[in-house]
Amino acid sequence: MSQIAGPAVVAGGQAPGAPSPRGPRRRRSARGREESRTGLLLITPTVVIVVAVVVLPVLWTVSLAFQSVRLLNLRTTGIIGDYTVENFVDVLTSSGFAESLLTTVLYSVLGTAGAILVGLVAALALRHPFRGRGVIRAALLLPYVAPVVAATFVWTTMLSPQFGVVNHWGTRLLGWDEPVAFLSSRSDEVSLLGLDVSVPTALLTVIAFEAWRSFPFAFLFLTARLQAVPDTLDEAARVDGATPTQRLRHILMPQLLPTIAVLSVLRFIWTFNNFDDIYLLTGGGAGTEVVSVRVFDFLTARGDIGAAAAQSLVLAAILAVAVTAYLKLFGRPEEVA
Amino acid sequence: MSTTRTPPARTAVDGGRSRRPRSAGGGLSRDAVENATIRLLRPLVVVVLLLVSVFPFYYMVVLSLRPLDAVLRDPGALWVPPDQVDPDTYADVLRSVQSGGQGFLTFIGNSLVVALATVALSMLVAVPGAYAVSRLEFFGRRRISALFLAVYFFPAILLAVPLFVFFTRIGLRGSLVGLLVVYVAQVAAVTIYMLRNYFDTIPVSLEEAAAIDGATRLQVMRKIALPLAMPAIVSNGLFVFMIAWNEFLFALLFLVERRDRWTVSLGLSQLAGSIEVPTTVLMAGSVILTLPIVVLFFASERLLVGGLTAGAEKG
Repeated sequence: MSQIAGPAVVAGGQAPGAPSPRGPRRRRSARGREESRTGLLLITPTVVIVVAVVVLPVLWTVSLAFQSVRLLNLRTTGIIGDYTVENFVDVLTSSGFAESLLTTVLYSVLGTAGAILVGLVAALALRHPFRGRGVIRAALLLPYVAPVVAATFVWTTMLSPQFGVVNHWGTRLLGWDEPVAFLSSRSDEVSLLGLDVSVPTALLTVIAFEAWRSFPFAFLFLTARLQAVPDTLDEAARVDGATPTQRLRHILMPQLLPTIAVLSVLRFIWTFNNFDDIYLLTGGGAGTEVVSVRVFDFLTARGDIGAAAAQSLVLAAILAVAVTAYLKLFGRPEEVA
Repeated sequence: MSTTRTPPARTAVDGGRSRRPRSAGGGLSRDAVENATIRLLRPLVVVVLLLVSVFPFYYMVVLSLRPLDAVLRDPGALWVPPDQVDPDTYADVLRSVQSGGQGFLTFIGNSLVVALATVALSMLVAVPGAYAVSRLEFFGRRRISALFLAVYFFPAILLAVPLFVFFTRIGLRGSLVGLLVVYVAQVAAVTIYMLRNYFDTIPVSLEEAAAIDGATRLQVMRKIALPLAMPAIVSNGLFVFMIAWNEFLFALLFLVERRDRWTVSLGLSQLAGSIEVPTTVLMAGSVILTLPIVVLFFASERLLVGGLTAGAEKG
C-alpha cells in the first residue's frame, strides 16, 4: 500500500557527500552510553508497532498455514494446534493454483516491462525544456497519484461494452465488428496479418492498466537520472557525428541501465504483490486471477484461513526466490538495500 | 567514446519525410533523417502520453455532470453540452442514505479521520525514530533498518490473513482504530527511511555546537534538527495522508460490513458493483475521492517530486 513513497527508499544508504553521522568509533564514554540509551528510547515506539502489527502477524501466518483453520472454528484454534502440511499439499495440487501463478508472473513481468518502457519514452520525450513542460510533467503523474478505486472505476466505465466510450468510438471509427468485452472476456479471436490469433483479452487489459498506472513512477526516476547525465558526454558524441539513436544506444542507455535495473526490481515486487487493481477491475474473473486475489477469495468467501495463509506464504517465498536470484545474477545489491 | 564512422551531418534537413535510414552519401544523412523524425515524433508522443494520462480523469468529470439518460442515449459524447450540465449528482452522492443519497459525506468524514490520525501518529512515532537512526549509535541500529526495509517490500496480502483473523477474534473489525493501527505500522517504517535520508544531509556541526553549549540530545533534536527537517517532515506528512486516503485492501477487509464506517475508497468500490446507483452519481463520487489528492499533489508537487527522486541520481 505504501508504493507511493518509493524512490526515496531506494536512496537507501547515506546521501553522497553527507557527513558521517556515526561519530567517533566505539567510544565507551558516558556520552556514548547516553547516546545509545536515547537512540533506543527514540526508536522503541516504531519497533513496537512494527513488531506487533507486522512481524508477529507474519509469524502467526506461518503457524496458521500449518493448521486446519476455518473461519468457523477460529475461536477454538490456538497457537499450539495440530500441525499438518495438508494446506500446502492441497494448495500446490489444487487445480487453479498453477494457472493463477502463471497469470501472476505474466501480469507482473509484462506490467513491469510496459510501465518502464512507457516511462522511458516519456522521460526521453520530455528531456529538453519547452514551454509548458512543467505542467505536462505534473499531469503525467496523475495516473500514479490518483486513488486506485477511482482510476479502476473510470476504466471499467470507459471499457464497458454497453455504454463505454471506448467501445462506442471503437465500433464507429476503428471498424470493430462488435463491442469488445475488455474486462470480462477470457480470450478473443483477433485476425492479425490474415492469421486468427487468440488473445487473452482481460489479462491484456489489466496489464495495460498496470502499465498506465505505474509508468509515471518509472518516468520520475528516469527523468531524475537523465538530468544527472553530464551534457558534455552528449555534446562530444554529437561532435563526433553520432546520430540520435546512436547517442541513445551508446551514451544514454549505459547511464540509465542501473536505474532501469532498480526500477525493474521495485515494480516487479509491487506488481507481483498487487491486489487492488485486479480485484477492482475484474474481481479475478476471465483469466485474471492472480495469487493475491485468490488468497483474498479463500480468506473471505470460503473462510478457509489455513489455505489462504499457505498460499500467501508460497507467494512470498516465490517472490523472495525470484528477487534474490535476480540480484545474484544482475544485481548490484547496494542499489536496492 | 563513440565508435561511429558517420561523418558529421552537413546536409540541410529537407522535408525529412524520406525514410532511407543508412544513406550516408546522397542527399540525406542518417543523422538528418533521424533528427527530422524525432522533431516530428516528439510532440506527437508528448500529446499522446498527455491524452492517455489525463483523459480518464477528464471523462470522469464529464460523466459526473451529465444526466444518466443522456449518457445512455449518447455514450460517445466527449463534453457536456451547457444545457445538460447537471450538478445534482454531487448532491445525490453526498446526501445521507436516510434522505435518499449515498452517504458520501459520512465516508469523507471517516477517510479524513483515519488519514489525519495516521499522519499525526506516524509522524509522532517516526520523526524521533528517524532522527535516532540517522544520528545516534545504538545497539541493533543496522538490523532495525533492515527490518524496516523488509516491511516495505512485504506482500500486503500476507499481512491481510493474520490481521483479518486477529481483528475478527478481538472484535476490532469494523472499527476505525484497528485500521489506524495497521496504517501507522505500514507507513512508519517507510517514513523513517525517507526522513533518515533527509537528516543525513543536514550537517551535524550545528548540533555539535549546541551540544557544546550544554544542550541535551533531546533538546538538540527538538530545537535544531526538527526545524531544519521541517520541509521533509511536511512532504512526508502529505505522502502519508495520500497513502491513507487511497488505501483500499485493509479498509475492505476490516470495514466492509459496517456501512457507516466506510471510507470514500471503500464506499465507491462497494457501490460500484450495485445496479441501483446510477453511474453518473458514482462518477461524482470518484471526483470527490480524487479531487483532494489531485489538489494536494499539485499544491505540493515540487516538494513531493523533489523528495521522491532525491536518491535517484545515485544510480
